[in-house]
Amino acid sequence: MENNQYLEVFIDESKENLQTINDQLLQLENTPQDITIVEEIFRAAHTLKGMSSTMGYQDISNLTHKMENVLDRVRKEEISVDSSMLDVVFESVDDLEAMLVDVQEGGDGAKNVEKVVVKLQNIEEGRDPSVSAASSSGEESVSVPSQEFQLDEFVQAVLAESSEQGLHNYHVTVTLRNDCMLKAARVFMVFEVLEQLGEVVQSRPDAEALENEQFDHAFDVLIVTDKDIEEIKTKIMKVSEIDKVEVQNYSLPPSEPETEEKAEQSEEAKQSEKEKAVAEPPKKEAEDKNKKVANKTIRVNIDRLDDLMNLFEELVIDRGRLEQIATDLNNSELTETVERMSRVSGDLQSIILNMRMVPVEQVFNRFPRMVRQISRDLEKDINLEIIGQETELDRTVIDEIGDPLVHLIRNALDHGIETPEVRKEKGKAPEGNLELKAYHSGNHVFIEISDDGAGINREKVVQKAISNGVVTREQADNMSNDKVNELIMASGFSTADEVSDLSGRGVGLDVVRNTIESLGGTITIQSELDAGSTFSIQLPLTLSIISVMLVEVQKEKYAIPLSSIIETAIVSKEDIMHAHNKKVIDFRGKVVPLVFLGDIFEVPEELEDDGYYSLVMVRKGDKMAGLVVNSFIGQQEVVLKSLGDYLSNVFAISGATILGDGQVALIIDSNALIK
Amino acid sequence: MAEDFKVIVFQVEDEEYAIPVDQVHAIERMMPITRVPGTPDFVEGVMNLRGVVTPVIHLRERFGLSRKENGDHTRVIIVAIEQMSVGLVVDHANDVLDLNESQVEPPPEVVGNVEAEYIQGVAKVGKRLLVLLSLEKVLSKEELLKLEATEGPK
Repeated sequence: MENNQYLEVFIDESKENLQTINDQLLQLENTPQDITIVEEIFRAAHTLKGMSSTMGYQDISNLTHKMENVLDRVRKEEISVDSSMLDVVFESVDDLEAMLVDVQEGGDGAKNVEKVVVKLQNIEEGRDPSVSAASSSGEESVSVPSQEFQLDEFVQAVLAESSEQGLHNYHVTVTLRNDCMLKAARVFMVFEVLEQLGEVVQSRPDAEALENEQFDHAFDVLIVTDKDIEEIKTKIMKVSEIDKVEVQNYSLPPSEPETEEKAEQSEEAKQSEKEKAVAEPPKKEAEDKNKKVANKTIRVNIDRLDDLMNLFEELVIDRGRLEQIATDLNNSELTETVERMSRVSGDLQSIILNMRMVPVEQVFNRFPRMVRQISRDLEKDINLEIIGQETELDRTVIDEIGDPLVHLIRNALDHGIETPEVRKEKGKAPEGNLELKAYHSGNHVFIEISDDGAGINREKVVQKAISNGVVTREQADNMSNDKVNELIMASGFSTADEVSDLSGRGVGLDVVRNTIESLGGTITIQSELDAGSTFSIQLPLTLSIISVMLVEVQKEKYAIPLSSIIETAIVSKEDIMHAHNKKVIDFRGKVVPLVFLGDIFEVPEELEDDGYYSLVMVRKGDKMAGLVVNSFIGQQEVVLKSLGDYLSNVFAISGATILGDGQVALIIDSNALIK
Repeated sequence: MAEDFKVIVFQVEDEEYAIPVDQVHAIERMMPITRVPGTPDFVEGVMNLRGVVTPVIHLRERFGLSRKENGDHTRVIIVAIEQMSVGLVVDHANDVLDLNESQVEPPPEVVGNVEAEYIQGVAKVGKRLLVLLSLEKVLSKEELLKLEATEGPK
């Protein structure tokens, strides 16, 4: 079978299933008695197993199978849920994730998982998982040709379950006529009939062999149904070219573990989609449907969206021209049509921009697991709360924001929240709280990470900053608390007394800050000693559209991002002062240096000097500068574009945009102009 | 077996140059170009190519020739190598030719006024001598960065 076309679907769905398993396992840990959660995990694991074996990823399928065995015993309440058992299950989920990543990268999903398999086996057999018993039974992949059905544990489980539910298990033997021309077609029709009647659990030969007509004239099928024998017989006989149909009750053979192992190896390899169709018992289908209704989506490559955006911008430019022409001609019909077109294209624009938005959930999803792991490693009790995971952000921002958040969360867990003993001493609840919150506000999205831990110790930070040469004592004494907090994001900084595995290597927070700033965002810290800290990240809603102030420098047009502008001013030449050979002005009592864009950008001089300077006051942190331009054109929303790979490192230019007249204007990176 | 391939032929000064047709995206008339400060002189700027901001370089200056006013025949050839799209300003572009690899000879020691490193080879077609350009060299980023470092503002 050519799997490539299904590969993407397989990977996506498997990821979803693993995510479900992850989430549910975490829930299970909190409410170990809740068997419905186990059911949920079981179902997800099951689908995963079915799909991976269909796709031929045996290792994934086998490991999932082992995991399933354990879950099955939990479901039957033969094993109790405890954290050591969950650890092993989590470990196997990690392995599955790694294997899936391998598949995604074009590998065969193979991985040596012996260790975790042994652990799972131990749990299954009720032993301590940490004992590395060499008890794994000899698993040889011997295919035993036999007249009896080779049933793997799963099929047996289905059969057993069905009898409990009052359904019948039948063994159907269908014999085709000797002169049957299209055996595969008849087989297909028979299967169709059977699937309407109930569920085909297994066939002999297997479905693939049947499709390829690799059988004589008869084949056997195991079916689970609520119909009676006669009905099945008559319905199958309606298919033409059938010689004979025999239906018998089928009862499970007494289980023999040894053969089971072998059966599992040989049968699973051959399991086909038929098998997969059975993967979910019917009573659960209804629930599944309910869940999926809300999610009707298609996947679109982001490049295509970019192309769409580009084409749309062309349209906007032409629209601008049309509007101009319509006003010039003063033809009412034309004006009306153009107006309607403008409205439609406005709607279109918001739709296109919306398509690039994805919920922040995609990033947040992985945190519960991570927090659990880290808090166990650190022996801290942490209660993680996630709020606003449906908040949407531009796809490009989502892709970048994951790592900084991981850093911040690790930091909060490691340095922020104290160990239960320390917390008790301080009179706090032993369980620490970590809150991850996302919300929209204006044109921005805020992500806040707050903990109720130790907070930032001003004196410690100052000491460290001085010993690392980040600031001097005098500077530090004059700093506000917020300023001191910001010091921890300076490069080469760590306040943990001991360097731990998790953080405290002094890289991290400065990298976090850089990443966030490169996304056009800001990060601020609020902290109170022994009450906790809040890291607040402010991100632009989208990276592709920004508000700018258009200015003219001589005859050239430039755009300055509004986010860095404080205000504009016009000053006369007499107000300019000199300090150290540099031109400065007195701006609201502060000495602010002037930056002559015309000189920096070597713009050819064409305009006459009128004795006044138009200034755009910009800031970077608490530093300011006045950019000298010739005139202000106005504020505008523009689409941010790169200059192309060829010109990637132009000084003080962060990108370009296309103006209404089709010309390109450069966007100034004011941060580069402030020293 | 020497293979046939198509080339776009264009003129800079008095010489004819050729680029394989599969490296060429489009040939455009001159459009408004926005100057990009802090780049070497041969970087003309960027232009709006159907919604994509595309850098444009002036081949005359890239080859160290004197600048000439753009005329009616001036064209911008949009070439693409390694995901990178760049426009080349040339004096004239009006020919597509079939070449055979056997016609291509290694560059002679001295060819016209273009520095030999940009030249992949020369091809003789009838009485015409075509210079096959190596776009990778013409558009070398390393060189651009070096030039930016020396010419760009601090």
